[in-house]
Amino acid sequence: MTDNEKTAGAAPAARPEAIKAIPVRHYGRYVTAVVAIAILVAIIYAFGQGKINWHAVPEYFFDHRIMTGVGKTLLLTVLSMLIGIVGGIVLAIMRLSRNPVTSSIAWFYIWFFRGTPVLVQLFLWFNLGLVFEYINLMPFYKDYWSNFMTPLLTALLGLGLNEAAYMAEICRAGLLAVDEGQTEAAHALGMSHARTLRRVIIPQAMRVIVPPTGNEVINMLKTTSLVAAVQYPELFRYAQDIGQNSGAPVEMYFLAAAWYLIMTSILSVGQYYIERYYARGSSRSLPPTPWQKVKANMFSLGRPKGAVSA
Amino acid sequence: MSDELNKTESAAPVKSGVPMVRAQGVHKSFGHVEVLKGIDLEVKPGEVFCLIGPSGSGKSTFLRCINHLEKINAGRLYVDGELVGYRQQGDKVYELRDREVAMKRRDIGMVFQRFNLFPHMTAVENVMEAPVQVKGAGKAQAKERAMQLLERVGLADRAGHYPSQLSGGQQQRVAIARALAMDPKLMLFDEPTSALDPELVGDVLDVMRDLAESGMTMVVVTHEMGFAREVGDSLVFMDEGVVVESGHPRDVLTNPQHERTQSFLSKVL
Repeated sequence: MTDNEKTAGAAPAARPEAIKAIPVRHYGRYVTAVVAIAILVAIIYAFGQGKINWHAVPEYFFDHRIMTGVGKTLLLTVLSMLIGIVGGIVLAIMRLSRNPVTSSIAWFYIWFFRGTPVLVQLFLWFNLGLVFEYINLMPFYKDYWSNFMTPLLTALLGLGLNEAAYMAEICRAGLLAVDEGQTEAAHALGMSHARTLRRVIIPQAMRVIVPPTGNEVINMLKTTSLVAAVQYPELFRYAQDIGQNSGAPVEMYFLAAAWYLIMTSILSVGQYYIERYYARGSSRSLPPTPWQKVKANMFSLGRPKGAVSA
Repeated sequence: MSDELNKTESAAPVKSGVPMVRAQGVHKSFGHVEVLKGIDLEVKPGEVFCLIGPSGSGKSTFLRCINHLEKINAGRLYVDGELVGYRQQGDKVYELRDREVAMKRRDIGMVFQRFNLFPHMTAVENVMEAPVQVKGAGKAQAKERAMQLLERVGLADRAGHYPSQLSGGQQQRVAIARALAMDPKLMLFDEPTSALDPELVGDVLDVMRDLAESGMTMVVVTHEMGFAREVGDSLVFMDEGVVVESGHPRDVLTNPQHERTQSFLSKVL
């Protein structure tokens, strides 16, 4: 408070005239911009001229099969990510455990599932009936393996367990990123190990965990297109089917690509808000929401650029 | 040991006559490095006990041993008449389970050099956290108590701020309130003002002085000789893992007997 008074009390020096300089002209930039636009136009033109029946795309865009496919793709993504995240947290805690047996098991799991292609894993799950003829959970359930292992379950296990290996490493990095003083402070207050993890460590680790997890979700959404291989139909499979029946296979690939883009775009927005939530307390002011950014930019239009960033 | 619900200002019942902290030949090594080489001392209930010494002398390590953040390798360390981190039956010593250690830490508050506030919680949430999570106190009740404590450290108006929005001195005062919220019978201070701007040290020391006057037993590792002289009841000078000299702060600080103490104080004062 006293500081303010002091600065306010000082006599304001006469402000020198603002500099009005002629900016440097970057001719190279004009050239590269023109070249880039020309290439872009050429590509778009080529696609427009190609033997692609663009009208097929809007025609089937909201076809009920496509919509079912979108729904199933989202369902697969959500469920496999859930398996992946829960499994990943468990594996990360096992990996960091002082018990050498649990930490080696976690290490082995990650080694195996990260080291083999997910498509190969999907086929392995699909054909596990060769090893187990029956499934027998004594009092509850007994059936042929092939009846039990539906395409959906195969897909979920294949994608989810593979994801858990990646999530484990992401979670581990997050847990290690939290300052050790936090654990000490929580312990000094009489908090148990589990409660310290849940109340103090994990909420802070989330800040490190969320961005790469958002990446993983987007990756997962795209990887679900592989499960056509284990007979579970989703967006890509339905698009292929329609393509074969309607005689517009390539068009349907474009349609599928557009839907994947729409879904990943929506997910990116969700990720932004989750990151914002976990950033509370870590920086003095929260980053603006996109809407706030738009508002701020509208008001600053027409102002010289230097003034905005200041 | 009885868990009273109506504990108020001056905390858990204190057994009269029993020293709050008693160390007998405490040894501690990190790998091959022996940091504590036989510490003997006693902290009486209601006393402000200051530990001074050069960095690396083991004073912080000893403080951390008191609430079992570090395990001692030899000797005996008692808090309020009970072994720290172990249980003795006959001539056998059993390690305590994590849960039992946590139970004992409830009664010992600790304030760290780097504050260690929980950055994802506001000031008042920081103070409420342990009573709600550990003691199972009701949220409304815990919040009311937290506000009283923040008032006591002069930060009631900052209750809704996150630690990153507070100055170092304010953070440290919130950390003190957080420790007090558990109604400890003993408070440990690990260089509470060393990470602060000189201007902010005074506010924290004021809170500590106030706490000392309320009769709290405090063990304070510090470089604030002024605070030790004014507020301290006992003072120990440590160097290279041993107690070099101890006594009343005024005597030790103004008239040190040992040569090592003299040379240390001549540099610090």
